[in-house]
Amino acid sequence: MVRIGRSFVGVLAVLAIPYLSRPRSANSGDLFDLAVVVVAAVGGLVSWLVTRWRVEEGTLHLETGLLRRRTTRLPLSRVQSVDIVRPGLARVLGLAEVRVRTAGAHDGDARLAYVASEQADAIRAHLLALAHGLTTDQAALQEVPLATVRNRRLLVAVWLEGTTLIPLLLSAALLTAGLLAPTRAGSASLLGAALVVALVVAGMVSRMFNSQLGYEVAKAPDGLRVRGGLVGTVVETIPLHRIQAVRQVEPLWWRLLGWVRLDVDIAGRQRRQGEDRGASGQLRVLAPVATRSEAAALLAILFPAAGPPESPPPPRARLKAPLSFHFLRATLTPGLAGCSTGRFRRVSTWVPLDKVQSVRWTQGPWQRRLSLATVHLDIAGHGVGLALRDREATEAELFAHTLPDLCRAARADQRPSSRFPAASPASPDVEAGEGRPVAEVP
Amino acid sequence: MNSSSAGSGPTFADQGVGPSGTQYPFESGGEWQRPSRRLRQMRLWETAAATLVCLVAGGVPAVTSGRNSLVVVVLVVVLAAGGLLALYMARRFGAWGYLERDQDLLVRRGVMLRRISVVPYGRMQTVEVTAGPIERSFHLATVRLHTASAATDARIPGLEGAAATALRDRLATLGESRAEGL
Repeated sequence: MVRIGRSFVGVLAVLAIPYLSRPRSANSGDLFDLAVVVVAAVGGLVSWLVTRWRVEEGTLHLETGLLRRRTTRLPLSRVQSVDIVRPGLARVLGLAEVRVRTAGAHDGDARLAYVASEQADAIRAHLLALAHGLTTDQAALQEVPLATVRNRRLLVAVWLEGTTLIPLLLSAALLTAGLLAPTRAGSASLLGAALVVALVVAGMVSRMFNSQLGYEVAKAPDGLRVRGGLVGTVVETIPLHRIQAVRQVEPLWWRLLGWVRLDVDIAGRQRRQGEDRGASGQLRVLAPVATRSEAAALLAILFPAAGPPESPPPPRARLKAPLSFHFLRATLTPGLAGCSTGRFRRVSTWVPLDKVQSVRWTQGPWQRRLSLATVHLDIAGHGVGLALRDREATEAELFAHTLPDLCRAARADQRPSSRFPAASPASPDVEAGEGRPVAEVP
Repeated sequence: MNSSSAGSGPTFADQGVGPSGTQYPFESGGEWQRPSRRLRQMRLWETAAATLVCLVAGGVPAVTSGRNSLVVVVLVVVLAAGGLLALYMARRFGAWGYLERDQDLLVRRGVMLRRISVVPYGRMQTVEVTAGPIERSFHLATVRLHTASAATDARIPGLEGAAATALRDRLATLGESRAEGL
C-alpha cells in the first residue's frame, strides 16, 4: 500500500489557504473572525487528514470525508486525462492539485488536492504511465513541445480582435461624447457608460491573459498537453481521439499580420470547478495566437491530411451569399472534411469524418433557383458543425450519397485503438513497477 | 447530368456514385415510406380550425362596425389565406418521407426549405415515440431520433400507433447491433 502526499507542506497549505483567502478587515481583533478562521482551518486539516489515496493493481483508490466517508475506486485504464491545476495561492506556497479525469460526469473526477509542486508532476507521470502501459521515464520523455505563444504577440493580438476592439472603440466614443456634452448630467452619464464598457473590456482582457499567458502546447503519449496561465496555471491534456472538430479563426486585423487562433471542440467537456469560467462550455483554445505556418504545423499533427479548404462554390453562389462568398471554400478527403466562410474574419473548420454523427442535405428556395445546395455534417460537441455551403446541386447530391459511406469507412479505420500512438496493453515490467511509491520518483 | 464544380479548385467528380438527376437526392434509392394519410387530414383540420379562429377574431369587429364592405373584405381575405395554407399543408404532407437503408435511415421533409437527414443506425442514441393530444385523437404518433449531436433533427410525424412502435423497435435493435461510441 502506497500512501502519497503526507508532507509537511501539505499541512501548512491546508492551514494557510482558508486563512489567507479570507479578506481580513483592517483591525481584526474580532473574536468571531478568528473563530471562523480556526474552524475553517481545523475543517481543512481534518479533511486533509482523512483523505488518502493509493494505487493498487492498476486502480486508484481514493478515500475522503470524516462523517460521510466516500471511497472512490478509479480503474486507471478509464482515465481520460490527468491535469495539474495550480491556483494562485497554492502556487505561491509551491503546491498543486492533481485532477484525474474520467469520461463521465465531473463528479467522477478524483482530486488529489495540494501536494508539493514537483511531486505533482511525478504523480501525473506515474499515473499516466500506468494508464497507458508505459514506464514513468517513457511518459516524461515522450512529451515533445510543439508550440509556444510569445507573450508580446499575445499582448498585441488581444487588442486587435473584434471582441475587444469594438467595445474599446465604443468606450472611446462614449468618453469623447461625455467630455463634449453640453450639460453636466449628460456628460456624467456618458462618462459612466464609458467606464462600464471599459471595465467589461478590462475584465475580458485580464481573463484572457490569465489563462493564455505563457501558453505552451506539447505532444504527449496521451494527447496534447496544454499549459498556460499568469496567476494560477493549468496543465491540461486533450486526448486526440476526443477532438470532434478544429476551428481556425482569423480576425480582420490579425490577417494583415498573418496571425490565427486555433480552437478545438471536445465532446463531453463540462464546466469544471476552479477553471476559467469564460472558456468553459466553449471551445478549447489550442493556440491563442499563432502564425499561419505554426497553425498549419499544429493542424498537420492533429490531421495529417488537413490543408486549407480550396474548392470554391460556383460563381453564382455570390447571389445567394454575397458577403461570405468571399471566403467560402470546401474540401473533402477520405478521412476529413473542411470548410471556410466569412467576409471580414475567416473561420475555417475541419471535422474528421469518423466523428460525424449525421449528414443533412438542405436546399432553400433561393438555392433551388440557382441550383445550389448545402450539405451539413453534424458532430457532437458545442454546436460547431460543418457545412459545405452553396455547392453545385449535383455536387451536393454526390456528397449526400457518398458521405455516409465515407464516414462509415473512417469509423471502421479508427475503431481498434483510436489515434493513440502508445495505447498498448501494460507490459510485464510495468506491472512490477506498480507498487512503487510515487512520492519517491524524483 | 455530370457533376462538375466551377473554378480552378479540386473537384469531387471521382467519388463513384453518380447523381440521379431527380428533384431530391436519393429519390431512386429505394421505396420511400410515407406518413399515414390521416396526418394530411389532421393538418387540414388544424388549418380549418385556425381559419375559423381568424374568421371570428376578424369577423366580429367587422360585423359590429356595421360596414358590409369590411365584412366582405375580411371574409375573402381570411378564406383565401386559409385555402392557400391548406394547399401548402397538403404539399408539406407530401414532402415527408423516410427510407430505411442497410446502414442508415433517411428522413426527407420540407417544401420551401427541403431537407434530407441521413442518420446512421450506429449513431442513434435514443429513439422515442411521442404523441400530443391532437395526434392522439387521430391515433397518430411521431418518431424522433437523437444522436450525440444536437443538430440532428430527424423526426417522422404522422405514423399510425402500431407502425410507430414497430419502427422504433426496429431502429432500436438496429442501433444496438451497430452501436458505436463517440
